[in-house]
Amino acid sequence: MNSIYFTEEHNLFRKSLQHFLKKEVVPHIDTWEKTGEIDRFIWKEFGEMGFFGMNYPEAYGGMDLDLFYTIILLEELQKINSGGFAAAIWAHVYLAMTHLNAEGNDDIKERYLAPSISGEKVGCLCVTEPFGGSDVAGMRTTAAKDGENYIINGSKTFITNGVNSDYLVVAAKTSPELGNKGLSMFVIDRGTKGVSATKLDKLGWKASDTGEIAFDNVKVPATNLLGEEDKGFSYIVQHFSLERLIMGVNAHARAEFALEYALQYMSDREAFGKRINQFQALRHTISDLYADVEICKNYNYAVTARLDKGEYVVKEATISKLKSTKVADEVIYQCLQFLGGYGYMEDYPMARLFRDSRLGPIGGGTSEILREIIAKMVIDKKEYKPAT
Amino acid sequence: MKILVCISHVPDTTSKINFTEENTKFDSNGVQFVINPNDEFGLTRAMWFKEKQGAEVTVVNVGTSETEPTLRKALAIGADGAIRINTPATNSFSVAKQLANVAKDGAYDLIIAGRESIDYNGGMVPGMLAALIDANFVNNCINLDVEGSDAKATREIDGGKETVSTTLPLVIGGQKGLVEESDLRIPNMRGIMMARKKPLTVVEANETSKETTSISFEKPTPKGAVKLVASDNIDELVNLLHNEAKVI
Repeated sequence: MNSIYFTEEHNLFRKSLQHFLKKEVVPHIDTWEKTGEIDRFIWKEFGEMGFFGMNYPEAYGGMDLDLFYTIILLEELQKINSGGFAAAIWAHVYLAMTHLNAEGNDDIKERYLAPSISGEKVGCLCVTEPFGGSDVAGMRTTAAKDGENYIINGSKTFITNGVNSDYLVVAAKTSPELGNKGLSMFVIDRGTKGVSATKLDKLGWKASDTGEIAFDNVKVPATNLLGEEDKGFSYIVQHFSLERLIMGVNAHARAEFALEYALQYMSDREAFGKRINQFQALRHTISDLYADVEICKNYNYAVTARLDKGEYVVKEATISKLKSTKVADEVIYQCLQFLGGYGYMEDYPMARLFRDSRLGPIGGGTSEILREIIAKMVIDKKEYKPAT
Repeated sequence: MKILVCISHVPDTTSKINFTEENTKFDSNGVQFVINPNDEFGLTRAMWFKEKQGAEVTVVNVGTSETEPTLRKALAIGADGAIRINTPATNSFSVAKQLANVAKDGAYDLIIAGRESIDYNGGMVPGMLAALIDANFVNNCINLDVEGSDAKATREIDGGKETVSTTLPLVIGGQKGLVEESDLRIPNMRGIMMARKKPLTVVEANETSKETTSISFEKPTPKGAVKLVASDNIDELVNLLHNEAKVI
């Protein structure tokens, strides 16, 4: 393992996590992929192992560790081949909980962050709406102040953990007239009157309960406002670096998994009297794919090291997601091809991997939006700055 | 109660084993190492004594610095301290001698070793160690209870079990049954981080003679390809078993 970034403790954690996933998760994956539901016990087990608290304060049960532990968690989750299960875990830890930790006050952290770290509560982040995903400023969900409460109306879609989570971190407009300056973030209990969810049927990520959520006159106590009113947009933007880097790391890890699997297959499979990894056309293709994955992985590690030091790396993280998800799709497409007819069969991992990977250039900012952001920074010299 | 758990650093059972230098040296290239499974059952039982009876647990290994991640894992599982005796483990007698020095120095009440390591399968270290430190010895141990200085151990015998009573100091050669596989522990995050702060002491090895030296290794002959015979073709099946496999 890359010793520039990973210590002996990181390596011990990776082995421990691999062992845990193999023993406690892998035996259930095919069932969860079929039912589209993840059994609840596994959240508690992740919590007990300390996997949800690695980047969160000790005061709430976390361990305040560096970001390379997160990288290991993300990489190993990709290597058990269920994009849906992996997404459920990281959407809880790095989408919902990120907001609780960054913007929540002590009371909210006690009520939501601590039980999220222990695995007793599961969260989701609700930003995307049916009318627009990447157009955060065009959001239509509103939160109107009503005495000591806010009344929330609107709908969200493509929400990972959208159906079975215990709480929802929701973006809504508190001052619609201010456009993207009028957004606020709330944490809402699942059981609150007026919250309803519908599970969505998808191409991949089958184990994930991705949902569409409706808010119909949902009364939320003002104490459940995260941070300050009308600061929601800057909070969301603030976390873009981590979110995009996560998507980039997931991409390089699943590409690496695909390549490792294909290489093993090709070292066993024979055709025309020799193993197929001896055919020059395939060997050269492998070399190109391997090089692409290595470049993405090492770039992503370098960006992680900078983000871990507190640098604002929104451009670099955007590049990470743009390029790594593209490489992952190309690598997985080609690895499926290496397996021939078996690649197309559900008994082999490539079919699921192929479907799951396709979300990479779509979710968490489409590649088109990412290119536009990079173009603004590179061509128009626009400087995105961290929220203060 | 002071417990010493002997830990062998062995290749993972799924590793592909190869030899180099004309089959005289084990090739560790690309091999993942783990705690010897028989030792891990013993370590887990030691954790039980720690949690239920307040025992203090030290793990020990004879090996070079490459074995330290294995000791760190034992610390992450919950051992209080670790000792590495700085010499390669190449011979059962010399390993037992090195362990005996540590065992005498630490005045341990109970020493848990695996009945054998899954790499060289010598199966001699626990017995030799018991003799060298003049302790009682139970091999193939599948259950152990300790009350004060009295111990009750169950050992596997051919086709059954034998329960024996004995006293501390005691050495056992442990195996599956001391705990079940489902009881084995995966280090959690807190354990991994705590392991970094626990003492891992390196002691130099004493001069010890080696009673045997490996000359060469040999792998089993690879199994041939599977031949499928149609269920209604009994003649062909008999022909293959008789003339090819030569088993009937």
